[in-house]
Amino acid sequence: MSVQAQPLRAYAVIATQPLRLRRVRQLAAKSLFGLAALVSLVTLLPLGFILWITLQTGWETASALIFRPRVGELLVNTALLEVLTLPPCIVLAVALAWLTERSDVPGARLWSWLAVAPLAIPAFVQSYAWVGVAPGMHGLFAAVFVSVLAYLPFLYLPVAAQLRHLDPAMEDAAASLGLAPWRVFLRVVLPQLRIALCGGSLLIGLHLLAEYGLYAMIRFDTFTTAIVDQFQSSYNGPAANMLAGVLVLSCLGLLGLELLIRGDARYARVGSGAPRPASRRSLGRARGIAVLLPLTLSGLALGVPAYALGRWLIAGGSEIWQARELAAAFGETLFYAVGGALATTLAAIPMAWLSVRAPGRLQRVLEGCHYYVGALPGVVVALALVTITVRVALPLYQTVATVLLAYGLMFLPRALVGLRAGIAQVPVELERAAIALGRRPVGAILSVTMRLAAPGVAACMALVAMGVTTELTATLMLAPNGTRTLATEFWALTNELDYAAAAPYAALMIALSLPLTALLHAQSRRVAGQ
Amino acid sequence: MTLMPSSLMRAAALALILSGASHAARAADEGITVYNAQHESLTKAWADGFTKETGIKVTIRKGGDTELANQIVQEGAASPADVFITENSPAMVLVEKAGLFETLPKDVLAQVPANFQPASGRWVGVAARSTVFVYDTRKLRESDLPKSLLDLADAKWKGHWAASPSGADFQAIVGALLELKGEKITAEWLKAMKANSTAYRGNSVAMKAVNAGEVDGAVIYHYYYFGDQAKTGENSSNVALHYFRNGDPGAFLSTSGAGVLASSKHKEQAEAFVKWMAGKRGQAVLRDGDSFEYAIATGAESNPKLEPIAHLQAPKVEPSKLDSKKVSELMTAAGLL
Repeated sequence: MSVQAQPLRAYAVIATQPLRLRRVRQLAAKSLFGLAALVSLVTLLPLGFILWITLQTGWETASALIFRPRVGELLVNTALLEVLTLPPCIVLAVALAWLTERSDVPGARLWSWLAVAPLAIPAFVQSYAWVGVAPGMHGLFAAVFVSVLAYLPFLYLPVAAQLRHLDPAMEDAAASLGLAPWRVFLRVVLPQLRIALCGGSLLIGLHLLAEYGLYAMIRFDTFTTAIVDQFQSSYNGPAANMLAGVLVLSCLGLLGLELLIRGDARYARVGSGAPRPASRRSLGRARGIAVLLPLTLSGLALGVPAYALGRWLIAGGSEIWQARELAAAFGETLFYAVGGALATTLAAIPMAWLSVRAPGRLQRVLEGCHYYVGALPGVVVALALVTITVRVALPLYQTVATVLLAYGLMFLPRALVGLRAGIAQVPVELERAAIALGRRPVGAILSVTMRLAAPGVAACMALVAMGVTTELTATLMLAPNGTRTLATEFWALTNELDYAAAAPYAALMIALSLPLTALLHAQSRRVAGQ
Repeated sequence: MTLMPSSLMRAAALALILSGASHAARAADEGITVYNAQHESLTKAWADGFTKETGIKVTIRKGGDTELANQIVQEGAASPADVFITENSPAMVLVEKAGLFETLPKDVLAQVPANFQPASGRWVGVAARSTVFVYDTRKLRESDLPKSLLDLADAKWKGHWAASPSGADFQAIVGALLELKGEKITAEWLKAMKANSTAYRGNSVAMKAVNAGEVDGAVIYHYYYFGDQAKTGENSSNVALHYFRNGDPGAFLSTSGAGVLASSKHKEQAEAFVKWMAGKRGQAVLRDGDSFEYAIATGAESNPKLEPIAHLQAPKVEPSKLDSKKVSELMTAAGLL
């Protein structure tokens, strides 16, 4: 490759003009810093909105709206949902990951794909399937059950990746010191999964707080469903805004809790050489029984939706394939998915570059802003943007730009994580060489660093696009007049109980998400070096 | 290695431009914007028929009655809406009270009988729906059925009936009860309802629950049953409708309204659309389509499958008298909201 020759020439130039180049590089860092600060400022909009609206509502009205039995009821509901959903998710994810990564369970590779596949099924389609199969399903336990099925991959993915990662030497040492196999697992393996477990649990916890469609369909009231109910009867009235305030506090509480539990222990392996891959433990006669776990889970999380969708598609016949409407909704969804992915990735570039190339204290604070906003439910972001645009930025009211801004805020962390990893793999020398050869600093970052980081960029764009494809609440509240995405159309039809007509929209959403899910799975294996 | 991503980016950009172009094309189309709280399929049938005849494009934003009414009030003079269509009249009253409706021309109002429009002439009824008690025929015989909506407050109905209290539909029924029987009786009835009934989100969901045997009966509107029967019948195979009649609050006939916003920049087209809906062809959509709502214009016929409107013996309630604010206060006090 020709790029290899360039650094040498570049270094020759650097040697003759060191001062000018350093200034240019500083300029690049400064301008990116400015951009990142700007993005951070925008991420503070939803929080600022909540504070502003609380002040405007006045303490008396606000406290009357916050401290009432209904809010207590919702708080209990939401807390119970969290407490009952997370433990089974953790147990199942660890068991499933161990089976697929560390045992000789038959078809381990297939199960590891099937364990991730439910990600392609939007949570509200999962509950639509279950309500179709068992019409009486409702309430807390139904909500917990469907949540576990829908969100398990969020824990399985990091835990399985971590398990592949671990150096078996530690386990060997523990075993040679006399620990029984299951004790080795509890005392050596499990503690090393802590970061993966914390991160995955946080992700699920936040989804439980933010999800609307799943719980509305299964008739379980959480803060988010109550906010949407309020919005639907009073638009952006004070009651909805105050509930949003409590919801934001819950999200921030979860973030803090995760930080506390995660701790700052060291998990990196010390020593020379590379770890050998861990050997798979033989299950012996238990192989047949062990395979029941992934089989049951896949049957519930994939089989039931497939059956329900298939049944509606057959019952509906050719009549439900309204080609024009479906194509329009598909096109519109694609537009928002691609637009959202591009906008979000562009917004994340400055911070991703800074976090790799110029980390610092202020940078970390700004990076924190980028992450916190992703923890906010779509309904809160949308509520803030509706009120801000209708009151002070009317030209932006009900525009594509505002919808993309909402997506950008909600999915910023997804973009940042992938981008950062991608940029970290590009040698800084190449960027410097390009600057030395006369590229403008920002141009060098875009044409050299970003180009080489492209695989990471593609993966994070896919993640954002997948989020946008199945986004419901923010789209419903913010979209321009006449907008119809797959998700909103699906939702409208299920609200009229036209489950058959809704089925093609669900099928298309899954079809759009499936390749992205596969990409994600492949990516997680590559990160683990396989 | 570096080729793949840039071509990927180029493809993405191309897709964006293509779909963006179709987006811009739609926005540039002159036409009218309708804030629609009616069932989407019905409004779409109206809009398609109107566009076909006049060439005027109709863009629909969907939402709930009070959601869109409050949204219009928030937007004020800057509202992009030209026409507002609701399922029930209280939301129309909300916008009317804010002074945001244009008075409709006489020829539009003349198409509809006076009991389906306010005296102010700011909006007009375009369809109507009847309150019914949908019940599980496996659990209740005709002799078990309540004679009046008020009977459901009786302790023997505890745990046996359902409704969708958070919806604008049910709140309109409570509005009628308030108008007919006064605040005291309404407040007591709501208190009993909190104790006796199960709350579902949406009338169709409540009917589905009755059909599935979860609850014996539910107070909903009539057309959910006919609509489901016309489709798969899957959610209504075990149920029948009971009409309260005798001018009972439970026989309340709710008016769906349409009005033109004073801030509209396309008033002529907007008025033409409202006139079309209340006119012969708009009302024929109600007769022939699958909405199963009642046609109400003078001389218009409803779907022959429906109980004739004259047999409903609905109570006389002026649609503009329904007090949505008081209703929501009373329901909040009863713990239903």
